[in-house]
Amino acid sequence: MSKPAIKVEHMSMLFNLNKEKVDNLKEYFIKLVTKKLHFTEFWALKDISFTVEKGDRVGVLGFNGAGKSTLLKVISGVLKPTEGTVEVSGVIAPMLELGAGFDMNYSGKENIFLYGATMGYSRKFIEQKYDQIVEFSELKDFIDVPVKNYSSGMRARLGFAIATAVEPEILILDEVLSVGDAKFRKKSENKIRSMFEKGITVLFVSHSTEQVLSICNKAVILDHGKLIAEGSAEEICAQYEEMIKKK
Amino acid sequence: MKYIKNFYKYRFLLYEIVRKNIKLQYRDSVLGMFWTFLQPLMTTIILVIIFGNVFGRKGTDIVNYPIYLLCGRLIYEFYSQSTKRAMRSIRNSASVIKKVYVPKYIYPLSNVIANFITFVISLSVLACFIIYFYFFSAEPPHLTGYFFLFPIPIIVLLILSLGVGMILSTLEVFFKDIEYLYEVFCMLLFYLTPIFYQIKQLKIQTPIFNYILKANPLYSIAEMFRCCVLYGRMFDIYHLLYSLGFSILMLLIGVFVFYKKQDKFILHI
Repeated sequence: MSKPAIKVEHMSMLFNLNKEKVDNLKEYFIKLVTKKLHFTEFWALKDISFTVEKGDRVGVLGFNGAGKSTLLKVISGVLKPTEGTVEVSGVIAPMLELGAGFDMNYSGKENIFLYGATMGYSRKFIEQKYDQIVEFSELKDFIDVPVKNYSSGMRARLGFAIATAVEPEILILDEVLSVGDAKFRKKSENKIRSMFEKGITVLFVSHSTEQVLSICNKAVILDHGKLIAEGSAEEICAQYEEMIKKK
Repeated sequence: MKYIKNFYKYRFLLYEIVRKNIKLQYRDSVLGMFWTFLQPLMTTIILVIIFGNVFGRKGTDIVNYPIYLLCGRLIYEFYSQSTKRAMRSIRNSASVIKKVYVPKYIYPLSNVIANFITFVISLSVLACFIIYFYFFSAEPPHLTGYFFLFPIPIIVLLILSLGVGMILSTLEVFFKDIEYLYEVFCMLLFYLTPIFYQIKQLKIQTPIFNYILKANPLYSIAEMFRCCVLYGRMFDIYHLLYSLGFSILMLLIGVFVFYKKQDKFILHI
């Protein structure tokens, strides 16, 4: 038995929300001294435990505010959990928001190297992948243009091309399968499917059970920060449809 | 050990960001990198014209006023620019920090390093000044073997800037007002640091004020630097001990507060 790709144990994430609005410093100090500064505790995630084996493709379902994005951020290491542990083995490619690491004044070419470095890859490695990235993103003619002059679709294409070209072991998809035009969408779906065949682990967040069914073999449902169900994609999707009907 | 491994993995990111900062600084300007040379040259000429008659008269022990002034200005400029940019670095990279895991200290560190590289390039202005005045001036700088000690004050300056930069970048995340406060502080520092004057020229009567001026680590660093490249004598070891101690203390505090607070950054930016 190999090590699981992602192992989450009793993980909770707490946010402090300001109850009263404190407008100025004076008020803040007075409240701090008199201990009237209340925070509402908000558990975005509460006692989540699950494991994802290598090669599993897990769909994360849930309504708005259920904690899906928070969960992905904790797994990708952006947020540190308040309690519990998260163990990840393998290279993670977060695609929470494509092109988040771009610098607008930099050209497409320079951004490829910057983005690659942000994901922890060496310059040499990116150089090997460079042609592939440019070809896949279909931006050959614009590669020396600053990214600020790109359209949002072009940016997303470039981001997608880089994130998938580096052949990560774990891919995190947060409703990103809708980038670009229909042609590119088809291309990106094919790309992701070809990555499945290589045994990549996927975490996929979506509202649509249809997409989850077509991509994932397992699924979980999050509701108000709690993991309420996990199992095969078919069962869970059926359960989720039920939940929608009840609402 | 874990930290070294993590740093090793992200060393390319450090390299890329340093590169980016330097490249973007002068992009779209006609003269480009030449400005790192031109800017200190021009501001020094202006300062010499303004203050030369007051503080640079003959008979003072400032050997050569333009070089004296340039030394102070370069040191002050590096300190203020690098700390200011390090201070804003975390907030400026919010879009990345919120989405991807990256070691956050890379941002203040890369800003200080990028500024350090432009600082080293701008030292060529100083080299030109020294060569010019050595051959064509009645008041040549005293060049001796002590000249080669000049990297010592520069290294102390780098440690100081990095330490203060890390403290400021942490503070700035929680308390944005520090940006404006620090701007004012830097202006005060410009006048408190003996850049265009010597402390003894001020003829200060109150010992407290004298003490404040000498407590400034930039004063010690500037004095050491001038001893090497201008006066050609060994610097006072007291200056080295004081400024190095101060800088290391700042770095330790900086690393400590940054490390303690870095997981909370994302909730505030």
